[in-house]
Amino acid sequence: MSTFKLLFSLTLLLLGPLANAGPKIEHWLTTSGSRVYFVESHALPIIDVQVDFAAGSAHESSGKAGVASLTRALLDLGVAEMDETAIAGRLADIGARLTGGVDSDRASVSLRSLSMPDKRVPALAILRAVLSTPQFPATVFEREKARSVAALKEALTRPETIAAKAFWSAMYPEHPYGRQASPESIDSLSRADVVAFHAANYTAERSTVTLVGDLSRAQAETVAEELTAGLPRGGATNDIALAVLPAGGERYIAHPAAQAHLLIGLPALKRGDPDFFPLVVGNYTLGGGGFVSRLMKEVRDKRGLAYSVSSHFMPLAYLGPFQLGMQTKKAQVKEALAVSRQVLAEFLAQGPSDAELLAAKQNLIGSFPLRLDSNRKLLDNVALIGFYRLPLDYLDTYQANIEKVTLDEIKSAFSRRLPAAHLVTVVVAGD
Amino acid sequence: MPARLSDIAKFYQKRFLPMRHAKWIPLCLTLVTAVGWADETFQKQLANGLRVIVKEDHRSPTAAHMVWYRAGSMDESNGSTGVAHLLEHMMFKGTPATGPGEFSRRVAAAGGRDNAFTSRDYTAYFQQIPKQQLPEMMQLEADRMRHLTLDDKEFAQEIRVVMEERRLRTEDQPTSLLFEQLNAVAFQAHPYRAPIIGWMNDLENMTVHDARAWYERWYAPNNAYVVVVGDVDHQQVFAWAEKYYGALETRALPGRKPQDEPPQQGIRRLTLKAPADLPVLIMAYKAPAIRDVERDVDPYALEMLASVLSGHEAARLNRRLVREQRLAVDAAASYDSTSRGPAMFFLHGSPSAGKTRAELEAGLRAQIADIQQQGVAREELERAKAQLIAAQIYKLDSIFAQAMEIGQLEAIGIPHSLNRRIIDKLQAITAEDVQAVARKYFRDEQLTVAELDPQPLPAGGRPRPASASRH
Repeated sequence: MSTFKLLFSLTLLLLGPLANAGPKIEHWLTTSGSRVYFVESHALPIIDVQVDFAAGSAHESSGKAGVASLTRALLDLGVAEMDETAIAGRLADIGARLTGGVDSDRASVSLRSLSMPDKRVPALAILRAVLSTPQFPATVFEREKARSVAALKEALTRPETIAAKAFWSAMYPEHPYGRQASPESIDSLSRADVVAFHAANYTAERSTVTLVGDLSRAQAETVAEELTAGLPRGGATNDIALAVLPAGGERYIAHPAAQAHLLIGLPALKRGDPDFFPLVVGNYTLGGGGFVSRLMKEVRDKRGLAYSVSSHFMPLAYLGPFQLGMQTKKAQVKEALAVSRQVLAEFLAQGPSDAELLAAKQNLIGSFPLRLDSNRKLLDNVALIGFYRLPLDYLDTYQANIEKVTLDEIKSAFSRRLPAAHLVTVVVAGD
Repeated sequence: MPARLSDIAKFYQKRFLPMRHAKWIPLCLTLVTAVGWADETFQKQLANGLRVIVKEDHRSPTAAHMVWYRAGSMDESNGSTGVAHLLEHMMFKGTPATGPGEFSRRVAAAGGRDNAFTSRDYTAYFQQIPKQQLPEMMQLEADRMRHLTLDDKEFAQEIRVVMEERRLRTEDQPTSLLFEQLNAVAFQAHPYRAPIIGWMNDLENMTVHDARAWYERWYAPNNAYVVVVGDVDHQQVFAWAEKYYGALETRALPGRKPQDEPPQQGIRRLTLKAPADLPVLIMAYKAPAIRDVERDVDPYALEMLASVLSGHEAARLNRRLVREQRLAVDAAASYDSTSRGPAMFFLHGSPSAGKTRAELEAGLRAQIADIQQQGVAREELERAKAQLIAAQIYKLDSIFAQAMEIGQLEAIGIPHSLNRRIIDKLQAITAEDVQAVARKYFRDEQLTVAELDPQPLPAGGRPRPASASRH
């Protein structure tokens, strides 16, 4: 055993499971104003780069629902020097992968490449072109719009999609998070809408760049500088308000499916909120802890009502939801709803038992190394920290913050964040 | 929602692409230095027949522990389809030493994550854990390998859970139903004709005795192997394996009959009507799987053909049918050369608004004819090979993926140490090989065509009854 390993083991013995420090995250700003986050790791000949923009669907103006997704989809389908076929072909030639997506807050562009210069340099050049000179060609725009409409029309026949859309509409009746793209809203978009959305939201000031892997600090600085030099500047200022609580209530939607889809929830948690740790620890017992959660025991193990049942918090910039969900055959809807509401009510009243609280902490603290054991997972975590401006020691202090949570904090946080009168329930195919 | 990839396409990827297998690359010199440890594994067989395969990866203080049983849904009989998957669920319901639910509770307390999956070819169980928890995981897995309780009451609850799983994954998913029916039509004799999760009527009539018979037949150390990847010392792992698994007794295994599918002698067609909006077309050609790593050529050529057709966004099907002709909103090919049973080569897609399934079929056939007549370009093949190499290196980033790679190859009877040879064989494929397999296997005699005929939602008839995996 090397000296280093021996020291590490001794530290573990002394400090117990809290000894796992997070990765070393380096942070700086580029000349253009992008925030950069970098974790150096030479274990594999791979680099991962993710560029996030505050360009999620919440940033769409009303009447333009769907423009965020369409803009992201078109970003790498034509740049100043290359059409979509040339971009995809060159990436494939060097085995690089360009991916990404859009959620309520963020639009992401991610590149994974081998780190050897003959692979890395051309891969980064393509990423730079995608960020700096997207062309949104008119013919590609029309085609992708038609594909989006087709995919959405299909999705809107699925009970899970119908339920999710109705759920978000009911939770956020007056907030951008509740706005839903429809085939009509997408169909009404013009190329000019995409160009305008891009100019306002895909700017240096609204971006974070996360780099993980086989680069030196000096190389990472150069890469970040080059990637962001051509980004549009300025752009929109965020004037999105925090969501307010909806009136509670139930909504039933008929559907021919064999199974009903049930969702219960409300807006509950903002990224960076101090209630995060009590809510995460508490929710582990309620419905986040997989096979050992109360919901799983009561709904699945004891009664065989559902294959999957869970609850979770989804922290977002402007108050993300708490969500409890399951699927069960039509005839069991009432029973499933009653059981899950009772589990929730009991948990709100009493919180976890001492044994449950201990088990939650054991798992959340013990499993911490599993959150960081690949470059991909590091990238996800560090990009999140950067985008939401969480403290740079967020990962270093994660286990200690879990350990500190008390029963009273859990009860207090749950009662403040989950006022029963505001809970929204959506049932699709429960007819 | 993502605009580029419809739910349908995602489904295809889930169903066909994840079951990729071990492929290794001839590493260039710089890579050998960078990842010199990356292909070294250690293997030991215990006296009771259990094999233990260890791959050390010291990047993080974690490990993956997997137990693979060489029994999947293809080993079931008519009337008890779904029993392999049901038993997988029951494996979490306790032994005399470990009460119902206790297994998952102890894994959770150890800071671990656990789950299991059943395929046509195998059943596997895994835990992802901080490395110091490995001995406890081995103790737990060894215990349930031979001492499962299989209680009546637990069974009665769990079979209801599995029926809910079937409703969730199949009954209410038109594309899943379509694949289920496609398999049932393409295969008439081979057990691949039945869905992994089982026919609903078989689930409704399943008893705890079916589960017990299955467990007694297949769950034995000489029908299993253990894969450990992570920050471990292989000698230490072998010692723990001896301690925990070594005491389990060998059992006589039943013979396995090949149940070969008779040759197909003409095109088969089926249509499924279900509530949906987007039509789906699947063309499935019977194709060979790898049986002899050294001598086979065709399975490798078919792998490269699938990559040329849809290995990236500018590959033929997406470029021509989706982007240039606007005939389809999705079009892709998929093929898996590694399976215990017979393989199929799939072409699938959804027509654009205003286009018909027949037009899409004609478009896909034109792409096949083009390759049969003109072959593929050298640069298309080079591109496929470049992607193959990169994918191998990317896989090293995941402890779990490395363990899966070893386990899946072993499951079909190919030693994982032949990874490198498989990659060599793939790299050696020529444009002529690709054209030859396109001519040989893309024939109507070997073809089954499945179509989803979407039905409007409101008064839509209840859909009726593929892959199954424990949540």
